[in-house]
Amino acid sequence: MATMGAHYDLARFGSERLSFSPRQADLLMVMGTIAKKMAPVVQQVYIQMAEPRWVLAVGACASSGGIFDTYSVLQGIDRVVPVDVYVPGCPPRPEQIIDGFMKIQELVGNESIRRRNSPEYRQLLKDYGI
Amino acid sequence: MSEPALHTTLNLGPTHPATHGIFQNILTMDGEEILAAEQTIGYIHRAFEKIAEHRPYYQITPLTDRLNYCSAPINNLGYHMAVEKLAGISTNKRIDYMRIILMELARITDHLICNSVVGVDSGALTGFVYVFQERERVYEIYEEVSGARLTTNMGRIGGFERDFSPAAIRKIREFLQNLPKVLQEFEHLLLRNRIFMDRTIGVGRISAERALNYGFTGPNLRAAGVDYDVRVMNPYSSYDDFDFRIPVGSSGDTYDRFCVRQEEVWQSLNLIRNALDNLPEGAYHTDVPAYYLPPKEAVYDKMEALIWHFKIVMGEVDIPQGEIYHSVEGANGELGFYLVSDGGRTPYRLHFRRPCFVYYQAFPEMIRGGVLSDAILTMSSMNVIAGELDA
Amino acid sequence: MESAKTIIETLHAKFAPGILKVDHSSDMPVVTVESSIIHDLIRFLKEEPAMGFSFLTTLCGIHYPDDPLPLGVVYHFHNLEKNLRIRIRTFVPSEDPQLPTVTDLFSAANWMEREAYDFYGIVFTGHPNLKRILNVEYLDYFPMRKEYPLEDPTREDKDDRYFGR
Repeated sequence: MATMGAHYDLARFGSERLSFSPRQADLLMVMGTIAKKMAPVVQQVYIQMAEPRWVLAVGACASSGGIFDTYSVLQGIDRVVPVDVYVPGCPPRPEQIIDGFMKIQELVGNESIRRRNSPEYRQLLKDYGI
Repeated sequence: MSEPALHTTLNLGPTHPATHGIFQNILTMDGEEILAAEQTIGYIHRAFEKIAEHRPYYQITPLTDRLNYCSAPINNLGYHMAVEKLAGISTNKRIDYMRIILMELARITDHLICNSVVGVDSGALTGFVYVFQERERVYEIYEEVSGARLTTNMGRIGGFERDFSPAAIRKIREFLQNLPKVLQEFEHLLLRNRIFMDRTIGVGRISAERALNYGFTGPNLRAAGVDYDVRVMNPYSSYDDFDFRIPVGSSGDTYDRFCVRQEEVWQSLNLIRNALDNLPEGAYHTDVPAYYLPPKEAVYDKMEALIWHFKIVMGEVDIPQGEIYHSVEGANGELGFYLVSDGGRTPYRLHFRRPCFVYYQAFPEMIRGGVLSDAILTMSSMNVIAGELDA
Repeated sequence: MESAKTIIETLHAKFAPGILKVDHSSDMPVVTVESSIIHDLIRFLKEEPAMGFSFLTTLCGIHYPDDPLPLGVVYHFHNLEKNLRIRIRTFVPSEDPQLPTVTDLFSAANWMEREAYDFYGIVFTGHPNLKRILNVEYLDYFPMRKEYPLEDPTREDKDDRYFGR
C-alpha cells in the first residue's frame, strides 16, 4: 500500500492504473502469504491473464513460504504459477518492490518476441498444468 | 420478493478489488437486493496457534505482528503484557506510558486507513492519498523505536529494547502538530458531505442487542450504542491515569462507525500528547534478567548474567505454569490472548481472541435487504483485516 | 455486589454433581464441569439475573493427550455490567468427542465452534453449519491435536537437518 502512496509513488515507473480485472493486466503481483486454500485461485487468476504476462512474487511468503513452514501454507507460489522476479523481505520495503518492478521492466524490454510461442515456454506451462 | 428461480448468485470472490483482504462471499440476490450471503474464509490461514506451540516466547512476537498488520504494535505489546501477567512481572510508569504512546499511534493509523478506505469505496480516492502521507510519518516513528516499518516486533517482556531516542520524540511531536490539519481536511471532505452521508446513513445497521450477542467489540460495538472499551473496563498499562472519552454512536450504521473512528483518532491524539508531556523518568525495562537480556558489561563479567544471556538467546527460558487471559483494546476491538503454560519454553496453548473473526460472522445479517454497493461499504467500514480473520 | 465467591457458590448449589473442580489461583475463577451439564450451565450463566454473563468472549479447544478425557473446550464469559469474568472448561473423550452447541444462546459461538471442530475434531451437536472454516475442506485430520506435526510432512524442498527438527 505504501508503495502506491505519495511518498514512494509507484506511478512514477509506469504503473499508474491498477487493473481491476486480470484479463486486462500485464503483471500479476502476488503479495503476502498464499495458503493452500488460495493456491487454485492464484492459478485461476494467472490463467485468466492474456499473453504476454509476467509474475512478481513480492515478499518472502510468496517466494518460498517465508517464516510459515506449516501444513497450511503453500511454500512459494512457484509451485502453481511460473514466476519471473522474486522480491524478498518480510515485508519488503517499498524501494525493494520498486526495484523488483524495474527488473520486470528490464525483462519486458529484453524479451524476444518469439518467446511465448517457443517449445520451452510451452513445456513450462505444461509442467504447471496450465 | 420473486420466486427462487429468478434469484442470482454472485461470487464476490477471494480476489476482488473492492474487498480489502482475501475472503469470499457468495451472495444470493433478487435483482439488486441481497437476500443471503455465504462466507468462506481461511485463504490466508497460517496456523499461528499451532506455530506458537512450537516456538519459544520471543519467537512468537513476530507472529503476533502479522495478526492485525495495520496496527502491529498493539498486538506485540498486548502479547508481552499477557506473558508478563503470567510470569508476574510488573512494569514501571515510564514503560507503561511509552506503551500507551505506541499503542495509540497504532490505533490512529488503523482508524485512518479504515476511514480513508471507506472514502475510497464510496468514490473519494483523494482522502486516502492525503491520509497515507501521515501514515508514512508514523512508519518513520516505528522505525526509530523498533527498526521496522510495518511488522514492528516491538518491545520485550518487561519493557523495551531501547529508550525513545531524541529523534523519535521529535518525530512524535511533529506528528502531533501536523496530523490535526490533515485530519480536518479529511473531515471537510467526507464528514458532512451530502453524497457520503446519503451513501452511509442507514447502511449496514445492527442493533446493540444483536451486536452483543454476536460478540462485537471495539468501534463497531460502540457505534451501536454500547460503551464497552477494554481500556476503561479492565485498565492495563496505566490507562487509568488518563482522562479520555469514549465516543458512542446510536444506530450502528456505517456513518456511525465512521464518526466513532474519527472521534477516537482525536481522543488518541490527546492521549499521546498527555503521555508524552508527562513521561516520567525511569528505566525503559524492568530488571528481570530471566526474560530480558542483561547489559553486555554484566554478561562479560558475571556468571549469572552470562547464563541468562545464553538461555534467553537460545530460547530456553521457562515461563511459570499456569493459564491466563489478557485482553487489550485493539483497533478493531477486544484482542485477547489466552495463554496456557506447562512450565516449558514454549506455550502449551496460545489462543488469540481475534475481534475480526468474531464480528465478521454478523456480516450476512447486516447486509440483508441492501444493495451490492451497500455491502461493499459495510465490509470496509467494519474494518475486516484478513490477517486477523484467519490467523 | 456479586463477587466471584457468591457466583461459584450459586453454581455449586444448582449444579453440584457436575462441577468437577474450581480453581481460584488464576486471574479469574476457573470451573471445570462435566460435559453433560454444560449447556444448562451456560444457559444459567446467561439468563439468570443474578449471574448476568451475557457476553461470550471466546471459546477454544485444547488437547491434553495424557488425560482420560483428552479433548476439551474452554469458554470465557464476561459480565459487562459488573465486570466479572469466568472461565469454564469441559472435557470429552477422543473417540467420540461431542458437545452441545451454544449457538442458540450466543450467535458469536457459530464460527468459534467451527474453528474448534476444524482444529480438534470436536463435534457440536445442533450446530447449524458444522464444517471446516479455516483449513481446506479435503483435509482429513485435525491439525491442532498434539500428535500431528507443524510442518507439512510431504514437502521436499526443506531439509529438516538444517531446521533443527
